[in-house]
Amino acid sequence: MVAIPEGKVGGYGAHDDDDDKPGFFARWFYSTNHKDIGTLYLIFGIISGLIGGYLSFMMRMELAEPGIQFFDTGHQYNVFASMHGLIMIFFMVMPAVIGGFGNWFVPIMIGAPDMAFPRMNNLSFWLLPVALICLLISFAVPGSASGNGFGGGWVMYPPLSTSGAPGPAFDFIIIGLLAAGFSSIFGAINFITTILNMRAPGMTMHKMPLFAWSVLVTAFLLLLALPVLAASLFMLFTDRIDGGTGFFDPAMGGDPEMFQHLFWFFGHPEVYIMILPAFGIVSHVVSTFSKKPIFGYLGMAYAMVAIGVVGFVVWAHHMYTVGMDVDLKAYFLAATLVIAVPTGVKIFSWLATMWGGSIRFTIPMQWALAFIFLFVVGGVTGVMLANAGVDVALHDTYYVVAHFHYVLSMGAVFGIFCGFYYWFGKMSGYLYNKWLAAAHFWLFFIGVNVIFFPQHFLGLNGMPRRYIDYPEEFELWNQVSSFGAYITLAGVFFFFAMLVEAFIRRRPASENYWGEGATTLEWTLPSPPPFHIFNTLPRIEDTDDGH
Amino acid sequence: MGVKRLTLAASAAFFAMTSAAFANKPTDGGYWLQDAATPVMVELTKLHNFVFWIITAITLFVMVLMGYIMFRFSEKRNPVPSKTTHNTLIEVIWTVVPIIILLVMVVPSMKLLYMQDALPETEMTIKVTGNTWNWEYAYPDLEDQVEAFISNPLEKDDAGDLYLLKTDAALVVPVDTKIKVLVTSSNNLHSFAVPAFGVKMDAVPGRINETWFEVLPGKEGTYYGQCSELCGVNHYKMPIEVEVVSKDEFKRWVANGGSFRKVAALGGTATAAQE
Ligand code: HEM
Ligand SMILES: [Cu+2]
Ligand SMILES: [Cu+2]
Repeated sequence: MVAIPEGKVGGYGAHDDDDDKPGFFARWFYSTNHKDIGTLYLIFGIISGLIGGYLSFMMRMELAEPGIQFFDTGHQYNVFASMHGLIMIFFMVMPAVIGGFGNWFVPIMIGAPDMAFPRMNNLSFWLLPVALICLLISFAVPGSASGNGFGGGWVMYPPLSTSGAPGPAFDFIIIGLLAAGFSSIFGAINFITTILNMRAPGMTMHKMPLFAWSVLVTAFLLLLALPVLAASLFMLFTDRIDGGTGFFDPAMGGDPEMFQHLFWFFGHPEVYIMILPAFGIVSHVVSTFSKKPIFGYLGMAYAMVAIGVVGFVVWAHHMYTVGMDVDLKAYFLAATLVIAVPTGVKIFSWLATMWGGSIRFTIPMQWALAFIFLFVVGGVTGVMLANAGVDVALHDTYYVVAHFHYVLSMGAVFGIFCGFYYWFGKMSGYLYNKWLAAAHFWLFFIGVNVIFFPQHFLGLNGMPRRYIDYPEEFELWNQVSSFGAYITLAGVFFFFAMLVEAFIRRRPASENYWGEGATTLEWTLPSPPPFHIFNTLPRIEDTDDGH
Repeated sequence: MGVKRLTLAASAAFFAMTSAAFANKPTDGGYWLQDAATPVMVELTKLHNFVFWIITAITLFVMVLMGYIMFRFSEKRNPVPSKTTHNTLIEVIWTVVPIIILLVMVVPSMKLLYMQDALPETEMTIKVTGNTWNWEYAYPDLEDQVEAFISNPLEKDDAGDLYLLKTDAALVVPVDTKIKVLVTSSNNLHSFAVPAFGVKMDAVPGRINETWFEVLPGKEGTYYGQCSELCGVNHYKMPIEVEVVSKDEFKRWVANGGSFRKVAALGGTATAAQE
């Protein structure tokens, strides 16, 4: 679609208050500006990514050979694994992709001057550092008799999270996750309201850029799934109180399996919450660098809606071995396979967008292409795991670890870096150094594949997950996997080198530094966009270019 | 204690020798499923391999297609992009073909699922209880002859190469017999898993789960598995060891009060505190 702004680009005149930025403290701490809040989210995501990455690196070091090298006990390892999972999901991927890029670009793409509820936006962000601090405190306070911290896994199943973790460590996690959950719910309300009510004249739903679509669907998933998490956390909380409730305690007539159902009713949509915005980003990048509008726009938008809807009725595929009724398993098997269809539509539509295009292999395009390929690898092992019969062999083994890292650590994270390089110039106003960025990409791409591909072998051969130590037969692939962690770490260094270099050199980015293919509204604004945008609303021309 | 340990180690070594040929455990640098010892695992392996070829074909197809597109439609070779954004036929194809593939997959998948889950007429029952952090095995049908016993992991010095697999007392079962397994837990969650049997069943407090296996004739030997649901600090260290013996030998074992050797009798540790 082509945007024709009225008058000058974005309608800026000398009288506009685009330079009227508040002072440092007011700007960054009381911020109600969607771009500044987006930046805060991104910085927060990077910091959390470093913490989560440190935890995973320590685990890979430990697992590099049989025996226990670095950790004191299995408990400490479990704490690292649990916190790594929680931090990566709630404090790295979600803030970066929804809070960061969503805040930055959803209002711009739909031609809105800001988010609908700017103050709530501020609250959404500032709940997160509080939440993260709660999680970090949890490391240092007693968890169970085995030591400090909570080691019950990111899924927090009782009884390990109730009678198995009597110390305050898990209470801090509950509080932290409740805060993060409310942050997300507020954010979701904000996005839904903004997208439904604040689109510029002519920006109909069926003209709306796919990234905005992806955030809209994600926001609905958040709104419906997170209250369930909050409720189940609260039930854990009251179960933990001496003389409290017994929702999950069989001795009091409760059922620990009920928690698993509640958790995964949230947990499965959660995986789409992490991946849908990445789908949106990749769509834009693929279209931009093929110099072609997205192929099958409506199919793409409604495939995301379909994934979102079906994503709510497949949760028990995470629980095939809990002893469920066989007919129920058969249902979840079939329903899970259904998701493969809209997912396939997305993959093939990206390929069709490139078909006939004039492809430029820029850095963001490389991340996008890698995303598509790696997501296919992670997706097809998901099809394997959906087969309840086969899952009996693979459940809770490294095959699952490989599967979800292919979709998260390579899917969601590659989507994030894809967006980061695509919009870096737009957000910062500076161009990055191609060579540093390319080194980051290649080291990362090779690194994560070396880490996670061999884990399929470990899982097939039977290595269970969440193990600090393993029989010596598993040594070879664990060694390879840990070696990959070093490569990835090197990639991370280049990422920061790229950032530092760009801010030192300050090569200014033009309004539309990608040229012809970049057609969404953010490319009509200066880089970086002024503090206040669209003082005069852009008007979207009535063409059907977009689809 | 010392003497007991020694006899244990000695008998363990003896059994390791006699059954080494059949031992089923992870293979060094292994990259595939463990060899099947039960009909369910045979079918599971077949289905896995069938699905594996499908997903590999899909992945390769996408990879080749992407490679071709990247080559053919690079900026250099194709400077002027087309404007096509629709093609109903192709969109229908890439929706319908995956559906067909999934339908082809779902039939054998359902068959396996019902085979695993529909308990046949079983000839014998064992009861498995997960404790923190060991397993307790009982033979409800043979209660009078065989006492329930605890199976503890062996330390590295005793277990040698089989560290984290070997225990001080294996679950003993006859070959070629349909065995019902009742799985439960005394406190945390655990999961009773024997990869070569295609068995993995969560041990949930307050609930008794059922599964079954039947070791194929000629597959006598020692099989190993590991706890497969996070259960706390020693989750990695509660291995499962199953000794499959001939029917005659099993009868002798039962007649002998459940031993070819001494096993630790059920003691107070069964309900050891969670932490
Ligand atoms: C490339 C960097 C990464 C490495 C080296 C890594 C490594 C690991 C390791 C070693 C485990 C523990 C496996 C186990 O013992 O069972 C783990 C678990 C996990 N990881 Fe990662 N990971 C990485 C990135 C990510 C990302 C980006 C995410 C999420 C977006 C993520 C999500 C998880 C989750 C949810 C778990 C499960 C935690 C649990 O078992 O409770 N990881 N990862
Ligand atoms: Cu799921
Ligand atoms: Cu366990």
